[in-house]
Amino acid sequence: MQVNEYKPLIVAFCCNWCSYAGADLAGNNRLSYPADVKIIRVPCSCRVNPMFILRAFQRGADGVIICGCHPGDCHYTSGNYYTRRRMAALFSMLDFLGIERERTRLEWVSAAEGAKFAATMNDFVETVTALGENKRLEDLRCKK
Amino acid sequence: MQKITRDVLIDKASALLSDGTVSCVLGWKKGEFDYDVTPAVFTTHDELIKDFVFSDFCGANFSKYLVSKTKNIEGRILVFLKPCDTYSFNQLLTEHRFDREKVYAVGIPCEGMADISKVRAISGEGIASIDTSGDKMLVTTLYDDEPVEIAPCDFLAERCINCKSKKHVAFDELIGEDGDVIDSNRFDEVARLESLTPDERFAFWQNELSRCIRCNACRDACPACTCEKCVFDNPASGIENKSPANEFEEKLFHIIRAYHVAGRCTDCGECSRVCPQNIPLHLLNRKFIKDMNDFYGEYQAGAEVGMRAPLVDYTTEDLEPGEVFDRRDTDA
Ligand code: SF4
Ligand code: SF4
Repeated sequence: MQVNEYKPLIVAFCCNWCSYAGADLAGNNRLSYPADVKIIRVPCSCRVNPMFILRAFQRGADGVIICGCHPGDCHYTSGNYYTRRRMAALFSMLDFLGIERERTRLEWVSAAEGAKFAATMNDFVETVTALGENKRLEDLRCKK
Repeated sequence: MQKITRDVLIDKASALLSDGTVSCVLGWKKGEFDYDVTPAVFTTHDELIKDFVFSDFCGANFSKYLVSKTKNIEGRILVFLKPCDTYSFNQLLTEHRFDREKVYAVGIPCEGMADISKVRAISGEGIASIDTSGDKMLVTTLYDDEPVEIAPCDFLAERCINCKSKKHVAFDELIGEDGDVIDSNRFDEVARLESLTPDERFAFWQNELSRCIRCNACRDACPACTCEKCVFDNPASGIENKSPANEFEEKLFHIIRAYHVAGRCTDCGECSRVCPQNIPLHLLNRKFIKDMNDFYGEYQAGAEVGMRAPLVDYTTEDLEPGEVFDRRDTDA
């Protein structure tokens, strides 16, 4: 029997004040989410330069998710509002170039939402697993 | 139809030079051929008579030149601006890229500029001379005795066919009558691509972008791209003369180029004009413009000085990235 071994590599940019703490809470509560999610902590979701996302895809990510504080709850007042506009523009552009829109996502996860964090990651990993490997934004030189 | 002639511009420039309004003139100089005119600075009437040219190939957007040309001059520089150039002019002022006091802007009417690749496709290679003084362009090649006649609809550049405005939004003085903002069809092609499947879009862009030779002309010509410390201006960065190693880099370069100017791009069309590979770069910029109009309300970069670009602004009610797609799917 052939077993489908494919496990996607997911990069999650999490803001220090909300989503990273949410991830921590998920861990403390022993809520499981796939180990293929690599979390990168950023001071604020608006620290995520669109270039970071492309870079993650280049280095082999199959999906990239950005998590920040809920609108209105940004530690720096308005960072996530800028994130929202930037990501809407970027995701739409990636879609325009024919890159699967399901590979990118923006979610708001607060420090109290450990369960939401785990559920979001499970759902995202499932979606990306169904899509399969990222072929349209891959850089063969970076493949191991 | 208002056709501007070389003599009108030289007279204007000479008059402004002699009464001391300006100390130099930014204009066009003939290149090796009639179609490769180059921007140049003139300081005297004699220089103007000798080298100044004006034709349907004077499409270069001079706004960007003002950033460097206003740096070390005494007095003011005269610049001739087509309507579309004035949007870039305002955008650069908004970004404090040059001193308005050092510029004397003369708005000139424009009936559209020529795309040499379209001309060549009709006339064939070996163009010896081009006469653009009449309504039709007369192209003489080395291989034909009679000049080939080309009508404007066959030689106009894409950006001119889809011109967004014949109205000057900035000037000190106008030559001729000012026009109006036009309800153009410039987003039609973007909408057509949006209606394709992702696979078709991917194939379309793969085909277009794979022709890129990374000459960087698109970024060099862009009036929205004027940072002084860009990696592209630093030969030691290893980026400026890098050829695209693979498909990833092609896409990366183009996404980043278009993204850097998103919200500030006036849709002047210089990037597509200068691309030696005829890659429709304007479609990437227009995608951003169209999206921002759809998501955050109509916005034309450079329409006024001091406007706040959509990507450096927000409202608490903005769409979520996911909603953007939901909305498009229900529209379709
Ligand atoms: S001008 Fe054309 S060929 Fe040159 S870098 Fe830009 S897209 Fe590539
Ligand atoms: S990106 Fe192209 S159309 Fe936009 S301002 Fe730059 S050169 Fe003009």
